[in-house]
Amino acid sequence: MAGSNGVQEKRTAQNVPEEWFHLLNRESAIQQSLVRPSISYWRGAWIQLKSNKLAMLGMIFLILLGVAALVGPIVSPYSVTAQHLTLQNLAPSASHWFGTDELGRDVFTRTWYGARISLFVGVVAALVDLLIGVAYGGISGYIGGKTDLVMMRIIEILYGLPYLLVVILLMVVMGPSLLTIIIALTVTGWTGMARIVRGQVLQLKNYEFVTASKSFGSRPWRIVLKDLVPNTMGPIIVQMTLTVPSAIFSEAFLSFLGLGVQAPFASWGVMANDGLAALLAGYWWRLFFPALFISLTMFAFNILGDGLQDALDPKLRR
Amino acid sequence: MSRSPDKLLEVENLHVSFRAQGGEVHAVRGVAFDVAQGETLAIVGESGCGKSVTSLAVMGLIPRPHGKIVAGSIRFKGTELTALSAKKMRRIQGTDLSMIFQDPMTALNPTLTIGSQLTEGIVYQKKISRAAAYQRAIDMLEMVGLSNGAQRMKQYPHQFSGGMRQRIVIAMALICRPSLIIADEPTTALDVTIQAQILELFDQIQKETGVSMIMITHDLGVVAKTADRVAVMYAGKIVEMGSKRDIFYHASHPYTQALLNAIVRLDLPSDTLKPIEGAPPDLFAPPEGCSFCERCPFAMEVCRHVQPPATTVDGHHTAACWLLDKRADGIRQKVENY
Amino acid sequence: MLRFVLRRFLAMILTLWVIATLTFLLMHAIPGSPFNNLNGKVLSDAAVKNLESHYHIDQPLPIQYLIYLKSIATFTYGPSIKQPSQTVNDLLGRGFPVSFELGLWSLIVAVLSGIILGLFAALKHNGLIDYVAMTLAVFGISIPNFVLATLLIQEFAVNLHVLPAGTWQGVSYMIMPIIALATGPMAIIARLIRSSMLEVLTQDYIRTAQAKGLSPFIIVMKHALKNALLPVVTVLGTLAASILTGTFVIEKIFAIPGMGKYFVDSINSRDYPVIMGTTMFYSALLIFMLFLVDLAYGWLDPRIKLNKEGK
Repeated sequence: MAGSNGVQEKRTAQNVPEEWFHLLNRESAIQQSLVRPSISYWRGAWIQLKSNKLAMLGMIFLILLGVAALVGPIVSPYSVTAQHLTLQNLAPSASHWFGTDELGRDVFTRTWYGARISLFVGVVAALVDLLIGVAYGGISGYIGGKTDLVMMRIIEILYGLPYLLVVILLMVVMGPSLLTIIIALTVTGWTGMARIVRGQVLQLKNYEFVTASKSFGSRPWRIVLKDLVPNTMGPIIVQMTLTVPSAIFSEAFLSFLGLGVQAPFASWGVMANDGLAALLAGYWWRLFFPALFISLTMFAFNILGDGLQDALDPKLRR
Repeated sequence: MSRSPDKLLEVENLHVSFRAQGGEVHAVRGVAFDVAQGETLAIVGESGCGKSVTSLAVMGLIPRPHGKIVAGSIRFKGTELTALSAKKMRRIQGTDLSMIFQDPMTALNPTLTIGSQLTEGIVYQKKISRAAAYQRAIDMLEMVGLSNGAQRMKQYPHQFSGGMRQRIVIAMALICRPSLIIADEPTTALDVTIQAQILELFDQIQKETGVSMIMITHDLGVVAKTADRVAVMYAGKIVEMGSKRDIFYHASHPYTQALLNAIVRLDLPSDTLKPIEGAPPDLFAPPEGCSFCERCPFAMEVCRHVQPPATTVDGHHTAACWLLDKRADGIRQKVENY
Repeated sequence: MLRFVLRRFLAMILTLWVIATLTFLLMHAIPGSPFNNLNGKVLSDAAVKNLESHYHIDQPLPIQYLIYLKSIATFTYGPSIKQPSQTVNDLLGRGFPVSFELGLWSLIVAVLSGIILGLFAALKHNGLIDYVAMTLAVFGISIPNFVLATLLIQEFAVNLHVLPAGTWQGVSYMIMPIIALATGPMAIIARLIRSSMLEVLTQDYIRTAQAKGLSPFIIVMKHALKNALLPVVTVLGTLAASILTGTFVIEKIFAIPGMGKYFVDSINSRDYPVIMGTTMFYSALLIFMLFLVDLAYGWLDPRIKLNKEGK
């Protein structure tokens, strides 16, 4: 449409037909103006996200990984824990795609089992963060005033704690187990989420729809739940996509220090730690596959998180 | 067009476009105007009409790469600015041609002192010593009504009120003694009482320095206080141009008339206030004919198809409206009775 | 300014106290004497006595707590369980200089390269440099430092024989550990700088600077970079922490005789005095870093300082 002026017959002031000089009936003059179809926030976010190829790739990878973690150990003909001392440290082959470890266990099977543990730790840590963070941040932001001040001071102090040191300390005292890892990871992890939720709540609570809701006599918790939480979903989701990989990373780190899940179970971190020693003996596959999947998973979460951030932030959306 | 020697700035047939998602926005579509020595030209119009883009184009500040001067000429003191290299353009920016932006709260860098921001331009451009620049800056602060300059120079923007910040921005624009200042809505972000003070300051500065000004505004009150001549912009085009008197008392374009009718006037009963119905056209796809056609109470068939040429009303007063065509004489009669 | 420093300093002491108390409670959460049965290792009676008297296990809990706080304030942790001839202070005195060298260099490399990478990415927004830099950054964030470290060793030490695989004896020994340690933080800084730079470049004051006819170089360096650095300064404390904890693994992999290696060893042997001592030391170090970061922030952003002072 933009270029049509040039293509059509050039009308100049001189060759305008005389009969065009008559007043228009207002109705006919008002042309149908182009109205952009209004789309809901979530639909818009989804459309934006879909157009981000990299983020979609990350999401597809994570879905496939989730399926593999659930199904992989079940359909595999090999056991996760059973030892075959005749099959030690075999290189990748047609029967053992990722090779075997020093106890003759199939690395392929153990990788998917490791995915289960790593993803479980990441997702549960993120969910616990979410629960505590939303409750704490929501209350702090909604009540405001002195309560908010005190609650935020507490967070400030917790935030000042060197996170991994606290985790290590906890692990040493409580003994390594899946539960301890999750407790350790969430003990300070929720503060980030609480800060985000509080910020959003503070911003939103003065908006008109909240005032309207109040004037109808809604109870405070109802306002928090029904009006504020859905409006803070965007930043919360983004924060969660960042929490999951950092929890996976921390778990791998702890396993690497010998504070991870204990044998015979294996997370990727444990496998990588074992593989490190095996690398010097030339058994590269024992480090390569767990390391590869840690990296790929981190990568997938990061690009998905970036994409979600662009898609869910109305300010960034075009 | 004849080129008169006293014209400081001459803009002809200026077209500016922006690339955006979903196509190209034709923000400015064939604008022409000039500014004489010591004169104030007000460019007035609602937001999005292209007045700010026009001023940025003159300043050489159209954001690249998505913005572009597609066609036209901008001559400043006889130099064709559109043909200058970025480097040569920078020698004019801030020295002979300076700009005052709309929001003084964001126009100053929060992490640098006022002194540093005031003096950096002149030190860089005129290669004078820091001490000389420092003294000059204090003089400028004095001129815009900020006393105790030596202490102010050490302070940061957040330590000043909005009105004071705008005075600082003005001092910054004046420090190299420019011959033309472009002020883009310089009072919009300020309180009403402060607005009046700032406008008075402009008046005083112009008397003292003889600087020319382009005042970009949507506020006809500002126009009435400051302008010698007025250009009315609508949807990327100048629809009417003339002296302040021409525009306020003999408005010939229906849009200008509508603007004037939309001013709140305390001396008239409130029912004479008429808002302009509808919204400006989509500049992704500018209309084929007159862009005001859809909202114009006197639209004719011709307005839908052909853009109206600028027609002389009398003297230097021109308007781009088909009603001024001699073939529309009969209709104009009817309209004037309306 | 003085009030601001004082306020931050008090917050720092408070945080340290919280950590100390937490450590104390955790140690006493273990049933029985923490020294009787350590991870299945039976200690000699003499060693247990020695430790018990050092930690005054026989005293009531509140007294123990006070004594404990005093030992932290004076930084006396007593002998290591594993190597009774050495005190925790001996180990720290030996290990810390090495770890400090490694950590500081990594931080410097990470900050400088991150800023440069992010800056170029922002200035060439959507260009090739931007694309390459950001791909690099996402990889940097995704690859755990221990994986990167092993890849580096495999390639440069085992395959190419151009760099030594371990220990700490000179510049060539430092290259791989520093790269392994700095890559993650570098990637984080690069991404932060890029996004904050892109935002800063759209600010009105940048246009004001352009309207003064300043050169693009001055505009970026003087007007944009300082503002774009602010978010980086805020995460500097966290990054320092991640580099510090990173030294645990990196020192283990490269067999560097630093504090991290002693710390990891002490974890594996459940050498409580060493664990407690190093944890407190690390905490104090990190909290002091956060304190410095706060000061730097106040210096970089004049608005912050005044707000805190004005309260």
